[in-house]
Amino acid sequence: MGINPSETQVEVAGLSVRYFRGGSGPVALKLHHSTGNPGWMASDDALAEKFDLIVPDLPGYNQSDRPVWARSVRDIAILMKRFIEELQLKNVTLIGCGLGGWVAAELATMYDTELSNLVVSGAPGIKPNEGFIEDQIMMDWEEYVQLSFSSAENYLETYGEDAAEVYKELWDYSREMTARLTWKPWMYNKSLEPLLKLVNIPSLIIWGAEDRITPIICGEQYRDALPNSSLQVIENAGHCVEHEETGKFVELVSEFIGR
Amino acid sequence: MFVGYFTERPYQDKSSGYFGATGRDLTDLSMSNRDYDPKLGADLYNRYLDEKVFAEEMGFDGLMLNEHHSTPFCMGGVMNVEASILARITQRAKIVLLGNVLPIWEDPLWLAEELAEIDMISRGRLVTGWVRGTGRESVAHNAPPPFNWERFQEAHDLVVKAWSQPGPFRWESDHYQFRYVNPWSRPYQNPHPPIWIPGVMSRNTVKWAAEHRYPYVMLATELGPTVESFKYYEECAREAGYEAGTQHRGYLWKVHVDETEELAEATARKYIQGPSNPFLEGNQGNVRSFIQNLPGLTSRTNLLPTSQVASAARARGKTDQLKDAPKSDMRGTFEEQSDKMGIVYGTPKTVIPKIRHVLETLRPGSIIFWDGDGAMDHDDAMRSLRLFGSDVLPAVREMGKELELDSPFDVDDEIPAGYSPEVVAAAKAAEARAAAQADAAGA
Repeated sequence: MGINPSETQVEVAGLSVRYFRGGSGPVALKLHHSTGNPGWMASDDALAEKFDLIVPDLPGYNQSDRPVWARSVRDIAILMKRFIEELQLKNVTLIGCGLGGWVAAELATMYDTELSNLVVSGAPGIKPNEGFIEDQIMMDWEEYVQLSFSSAENYLETYGEDAAEVYKELWDYSREMTARLTWKPWMYNKSLEPLLKLVNIPSLIIWGAEDRITPIICGEQYRDALPNSSLQVIENAGHCVEHEETGKFVELVSEFIGR
Repeated sequence: MFVGYFTERPYQDKSSGYFGATGRDLTDLSMSNRDYDPKLGADLYNRYLDEKVFAEEMGFDGLMLNEHHSTPFCMGGVMNVEASILARITQRAKIVLLGNVLPIWEDPLWLAEELAEIDMISRGRLVTGWVRGTGRESVAHNAPPPFNWERFQEAHDLVVKAWSQPGPFRWESDHYQFRYVNPWSRPYQNPHPPIWIPGVMSRNTVKWAAEHRYPYVMLATELGPTVESFKYYEECAREAGYEAGTQHRGYLWKVHVDETEELAEATARKYIQGPSNPFLEGNQGNVRSFIQNLPGLTSRTNLLPTSQVASAARARGKTDQLKDAPKSDMRGTFEEQSDKMGIVYGTPKTVIPKIRHVLETLRPGSIIFWDGDGAMDHDDAMRSLRLFGSDVLPAVREMGKELELDSPFDVDDEIPAGYSPEVVAAAKAAEARAAAQADAAGA
């Protein structure tokens, strides 16, 4: 158990982008939450058993250079398209969790040449028809990450009793980049939902039934907007469904790819 | 020496339970305005205006206002309205705004127009001051904190240009764009009202203020770190090619004068009671530090010595570090603040030597006494104001002369404190052109 991923930097539009890569199989590109890339996690190990998994730090997060000019999640999606081209990836399954799901959806609306499948999980990006997307600006970042899990136990299982300082710093500093991209409006782009109908590739939408960050109605709106899509809800999981129900998450993705 | 008077205009409501050191929990940005009583608000706004008028009668040179949003400890959300009224009902004192929160303005051109009107109605008595605001302000008006510093500088450049250069012109900066900048009202003072910059913690802002030759007013910071910050201003001034003087230094702190020592102490204790600043020790208020110091709002590493350790630790939620961190922004118990001269109180006889100590230590050309705050009522404020007028201000003026503490209004600098060299040069060139045209027309 445990894959030892490589860690590499690649230049994209003049910016250094760091990524981890491990496993074998079809290529999967996994994009992280607004709280940054916590590194190669247990869920990545599980995915890497099925995929040639690539986990980048999104531009402006962690060790990837900040595009100081970027003002929208769509800007980050454009950079990730260049990232795919730079690495000459083919038939890519895009897996986006949280904010990364929003990036993936934006990318899919504008580019599907080398994309084969889209998986979004707990993704913001769409204005919910009811309710709001939870606002991490109005709470402590640690409290926010705790809220991203369905239960305190599941949070502790992933991050431990006292989350390592490196995680706390990551959560703190990631908020700055997130605020640069989506301070107002918070966590959605009104022009995404109408454009989703242009996406031709098959799409799987995964939602934790207990997601307290992005209301499940957003998942339903993604399902209704994406032409070739289905919504799968995982019980007893919150926003960080890939950490909380790793087995079910990987199973759903594998079934979807192998269908 | 320039001497100003300041009250933060707290919302004092004894029936709310928020008043005083006990009662309901006070947590920043989580108190509903359902508890707000506009009738009480009306009384308080009028009281604070009356006190300002009386402060002018007692001989203060300046009447200072400040601005905060969505909080009971400062009712000056729209201080420009208060300033407009003072412009009309006072006669002589400068109206010192420290300051408007530039980055939260979506339309800084509107601000330029408001301030120009205040300057005209007061016939040139406006001292304008600008701040970046705390996280509270960014949240309350939803301005993006990562661009706070950029927006501050851009809004400044726009307002100063709108005031000092003839329109119409087009404005295109990263965060502000205007197709037609040509405000019909222009400030009374030429080329614009003097600009002062108040602050507590950002080295960026001090450097920027020094480069622009704007006086820097330290707000209730501890004496030692304040000296260090003024030194940093001087270094930056030297790099910018001039020697900073007392006219570039301002200091605001709490001073209350009363009829007896006992009454003075009892009243001064009210500074840290009530919603004056409910987040000081003794008031049991909770600051939500992750909101106060939002990501990107202030550099986590480029802080002045006044708040280097404490602020960074608070923002990061490192409470263990906080235990040992210096409370450099004058927070602390009443006794601690009093020991550090953050709160000065007494009869004129005992207050005057303490003020002298502060003046000798900091050598500011402008000082502002912060009084009538917290749980202090109108009578408390008026007793102090009377004694300021009869005893304290005359003594302070003598000290100012003896210690050669010149304010921006006492010296005749080629580039006066409060104006950037570029703007002064442009104004002189414009005057020369106008004179030449007049000569040509006369010939």
